[in-house]
Amino acid sequence: MTAPVKQHLIDPAVCIRCNTCEATCPVGAVTHDSNNYVVDIDKCNFCMDCVSPCPTGSINHFVMVQKPFSLDEQFSWTDLPEVGAGESGYGDAGAAIEAVDEEAAALLADAHKGSGGKVRAPASSAKPRINLFSRSNPIEATVTGNFRLTAENASSDIRHIILDFGANAFPVLEGQSIGIVLPGTAKNGRPHPMRLYSVASPRDGERPNTNNLSLTVKRVAEKNADGSEQRGLASNYVCDLKQGDKVKVAGPFGSTFLMPDDPAADIIMICTGTGSAPFRAFTERRRRSMPSAHGRLYLFFGARTPQELPYFGPLQKVPKKLMDQELVFSRIDPVKKEYVQDRMRTRASDLAMLLKRGTTHIYVCGLRGMEEGVEKSFEFICAQFGIHWHETRAQMRDQGRYHVETY
Amino acid sequence: MNLMNVDYDGLIPNNVGLNADSRVKKALEKWHPGYINWWNDMGPDGFQGSLVYLRTAVSVDPKGWAKFDYVKMPDYKWGILLAPQVNERKIAFGAHKGENVWQEVPGEYRAMLRRLIVIQGDTEPASVEQQRFLGKTAPSLYDMRNLFQVNVEEGRHLWAMVYLLQKYFGSDGRDEAEALLERRSGDEDSPRMLGAFNEKTPDWLSFFMFTYFTDRDGKMQLEALAQSGFDPLSRTTRFMLTEEAHHMFVGETGVGRVIERTCAEMKKAGIEDPHDIAAVRKLGVIDLPTLQKKANLHFSLTLDLFGNEISTNAANAFHAGIKGRFREDKLEDDHQLENGSYPLLRFADGKIARQDVPALSALNMRLRDDFVDDCNGGVGRWNRIIEKYNIPFAIKLPSVAFHRHIGEFSSMEADADGNLVPGDQWDSVKEKYLPSESDRDFIEDLMKPELEPGKFASWISAPKVGIDNKPGDFEYVKISD
Repeated sequence: MTAPVKQHLIDPAVCIRCNTCEATCPVGAVTHDSNNYVVDIDKCNFCMDCVSPCPTGSINHFVMVQKPFSLDEQFSWTDLPEVGAGESGYGDAGAAIEAVDEEAAALLADAHKGSGGKVRAPASSAKPRINLFSRSNPIEATVTGNFRLTAENASSDIRHIILDFGANAFPVLEGQSIGIVLPGTAKNGRPHPMRLYSVASPRDGERPNTNNLSLTVKRVAEKNADGSEQRGLASNYVCDLKQGDKVKVAGPFGSTFLMPDDPAADIIMICTGTGSAPFRAFTERRRRSMPSAHGRLYLFFGARTPQELPYFGPLQKVPKKLMDQELVFSRIDPVKKEYVQDRMRTRASDLAMLLKRGTTHIYVCGLRGMEEGVEKSFEFICAQFGIHWHETRAQMRDQGRYHVETY
Repeated sequence: MNLMNVDYDGLIPNNVGLNADSRVKKALEKWHPGYINWWNDMGPDGFQGSLVYLRTAVSVDPKGWAKFDYVKMPDYKWGILLAPQVNERKIAFGAHKGENVWQEVPGEYRAMLRRLIVIQGDTEPASVEQQRFLGKTAPSLYDMRNLFQVNVEEGRHLWAMVYLLQKYFGSDGRDEAEALLERRSGDEDSPRMLGAFNEKTPDWLSFFMFTYFTDRDGKMQLEALAQSGFDPLSRTTRFMLTEEAHHMFVGETGVGRVIERTCAEMKKAGIEDPHDIAAVRKLGVIDLPTLQKKANLHFSLTLDLFGNEISTNAANAFHAGIKGRFREDKLEDDHQLENGSYPLLRFADGKIARQDVPALSALNMRLRDDFVDDCNGGVGRWNRIIEKYNIPFAIKLPSVAFHRHIGEFSSMEADADGNLVPGDQWDSVKEKYLPSESDRDFIEDLMKPELEPGKFASWISAPKVGIDNKPGDFEYVKISD
């Protein structure tokens, strides 16, 4: 069997044949007959220029297919066809396409594999825009802030970076990631691999109605056995950015690890270190748009010490009514090293009650190492309260309520 | 300055380097308060303090021209936006075919161009005036938002035409720009210039029909002007077309959603006969025969906008390279039309018959035929909705001879199939094809506002996709007054 390919389709049941996409397409990939407007897979380069001007939303369909639909097939449609066996569905149903860009799609597929199956976006989440910009056609952002989040004497250097998009539109949703395109080339002469970073601010910017976003980035610098230092190329590039610097950005990426737009949703957020970035966005979103939401946020956040926990200060000011916080430190008590999974167990009865509710959403984000411990704690808690964890997890995943993003 | 992005620093957002053009900047700034006064007097009645989820162009580049946010309508950034200049663009038709396009107005075509721009400009505020009371009876917040989006963009299209008048037509242009704010739709003493723009838009079905048919005439005119050898006009209208697509969308999906709701409620109630009007109306939906009558009315009124069948004005504008045909760049002929002919329907010797006439003199009809084709596409999609419910009914556009007030057919009466109707019988035939007083009363009674997010009035279904991909219960308008 051949590998599936990506195809851009227009929904003929929604399209009004206004010709805007055809007039906009820079490579002549959109064409029409007396019945339909269609996209030629041999010409479309997924530049996404046609997506934003479309007045109907019919343009926004990206699908993985074993065999691409020909122009004649598309001309004959009155509706988008059902997806056949072995095909993974349309962009807004079934298995979502997280990124059109192969590289970003592979990174996200890897990050989400911990969820253990085909992931879906929460039913109530807003529909994301993806891949408006790519490595070959990036958007330029200006650095307007770079602040150290960890204490000066802390061993880790985690930074809060603010990128401003000026007069250009770069719509992101809470939970989405962006790609930073590094300047220069690697030793093999090829471009450096793209790095993805979760957006740490809500959709309307760092402050309401600012056209910017923030990232939470840890400087990777590890001591080798011989005492020399191994410095992460991308993280150091980002952490060294100065106000006024220009960076090239691709994205937005990600169409499943998204926040439910439902005031009744309870959201359990489990993270370590910079895995807190999307949860900062979730929290700000809730605070700004649904301050009196019925559902609550539950944060399990682990770090070595309070000095190394990003956003420790601001977290103290988040009202209890909005968010239940468990900040967990592994290096305070030299004897008892406590991790997030341990704290989850002390909240077993609360978590069990939440797991039984159809409105509960779980998000796990951070280093891959945390996955196993978190999984074991859920098993442990469920066993105590007569819940079948694996079934619950599969059901929640199918309903877009269980999400893992680890690296 | 990067001309792709819009300068929002000054009073008037623009991508035409207004800051470096102090004469035009001053003229526009002088015109601006009058525009705001017009908007306050004649724009949407009420809701001016409400937050509306509108799109604003932040750049004319495809990525940036649809930025969505809550805006109070009077704070909407009306500006001057031209599509990017195409390098070495050549005039594509007429006597000057192959020459470089003009960046300034050629002296000999000055009067003709001014007239075209004024007529186009006059329709923009007119439709805002016609629609000003509709907000109060919106069938949903979604529809209310779409109405206001159409309104602010019509306002922007007025700006687009006024910029051309102020920049290229000196004191004459300034006078014309003032006059555009003084005429009023339906006013006895100083009406708008074209008939259909002095008609009332009394209810939402009329609004949807108007955006479907009459705004589509606007689209055809813009498409023809986008071909213009006068480059600033071409660039302006090309950008306006991207906005116009939303207006087409509102019309086509609006009527489609009315049909969908009618069919769904009929099925639910077990009504098979679409002509059982009384039974269908009891369901709180608009019966299909009345929808057909509304389509007949708006289609025929709009056909009048295309002018006379044989037109020397249109021939001159084409010959001069000022106004082309629909998608001239996609047509394959000599683009000069000095010798060809074109078949059109005429009324002569008491008969309607097809006749070949010189192609150059039939350009209005050519555009009108393209318009009819374009209309039929959407009508076919409406009929597919009816088919889906297995209801034996199909919407059909009437003959171009039906209910006309301009051109060949204004001197006679014909039924929707194009059969001649003797003058003394017209009044009795009319009721069959055009909405009656009681049809209008019925529709007016249905127009009850529905202001709860996610809810829709009894006579219209929810859209398939939200604006900007928003979920169904999104609060498109935050009403504050």
